[in-house]
Amino acid sequence: MCTTCGCGPAEHHHHDHDHGHDHKHEHDHSHHDDNTHEHDHGNEHRHHHKVDTTAKSITVETDILAKNNRLAAGNRTLFTSKGVFVLNLVSSPGSGKTTILERTLRDLNGTFAFAVIEGDQQTDNDAMRIAATGVPVKQVNTGAGCHLDAHMVCHAVENFDMDNLDILLIENVGNLVCPASFDLGENHKVVVLSVTEGEDKPLKYPSMFHNADVMLLNKVDLLPHIDFDAEKCKAFARRVNPDILIFDVSSKTGEGMNAWYEWLGAGARKSR
Amino acid sequence: MHEMSITQGVVEICESTAAGRRVLSVVLEIGELSNVIPEAVEFCFEACTKDSGLEGARLTIERIPGRGRCRECAEEFAVKAYYGSCPSCGGYHVDIISGEELRVKELEVE
Repeated sequence: MCTTCGCGPAEHHHHDHDHGHDHKHEHDHSHHDDNTHEHDHGNEHRHHHKVDTTAKSITVETDILAKNNRLAAGNRTLFTSKGVFVLNLVSSPGSGKTTILERTLRDLNGTFAFAVIEGDQQTDNDAMRIAATGVPVKQVNTGAGCHLDAHMVCHAVENFDMDNLDILLIENVGNLVCPASFDLGENHKVVVLSVTEGEDKPLKYPSMFHNADVMLLNKVDLLPHIDFDAEKCKAFARRVNPDILIFDVSSKTGEGMNAWYEWLGAGARKSR
Repeated sequence: MHEMSITQGVVEICESTAAGRRVLSVVLEIGELSNVIPEAVEFCFEACTKDSGLEGARLTIERIPGRGRCRECAEEFAVKAYYGSCPSCGGYHVDIISGEELRVKELEVE
């Protein structure tokens, strides 16, 4: 089923293995009576033959996110080999991610070949907005899930002509917490914060701002009308992540978008 | 609530390591900066282990405190959150050296 990423066969394998393994395992024990309990990789069943049945405690030391990280590494290898520049856009709901994408796609569509993955719990509303720009888009509905993971992305990209793609934009589920932990194989996480939110959001949700390389401070056209201290907000973001690159933008008026486009273009050319 | 996915990952790792044997207890290491709430994992653990080889297993979560090293003055110190500054020079350029762990440490099987 999952021929592209290889995850499916591994998973199936995994279950089959569990069953067949029971017998084999016990069988082996009478012959392998050493006391080695080293299990670096939970998924590498073949290593388990060494286990002594009398030993009850097993040292595991396996990263819980290892599976996602492995699939993300697979995605990254694919993106690199195809020369595609990939961004993972994260933010709270309503910061303007989709509007930023729409404007970016309309302004740059002739210059670069784009594709978009839209992550939402439900509806394909955002995918329809992106499709209206003429760019290939795949909607991923996570249902009860609060984030995209590397497995979802690995199947979503099967819908695109990766050989003829320059930039893949992944709009994650609107959520400033959970997507921070899940690598998708992107080049950079881009966090979007709008000036209608609190200026202390980087401190309230530090993991996301710590893990992002770029921050788009959106809706700056509204700054004259609201009490939002943009400099203070940027100082908070740099406290959490001193290296974060910040662009002030308005996806509505287009203010500041050129600097973002230049950065995007430079990344795409470098990835080719 | 990404703790549900995290806990499903824990169950997968334990089941493959246990290779068919019943799991009696699981020890996890969760760093204080890992963005994962131990109480939420405990809550999800019961739901995720139902009808699995881990049903009824005892869950122990060991917390690993955050520690950082200042890039300016090389001071090492406890980090409560990513925006913590260096107590020695006040700098924010801090490399995290522990506290981001998310690991299955060990299991006890039947």
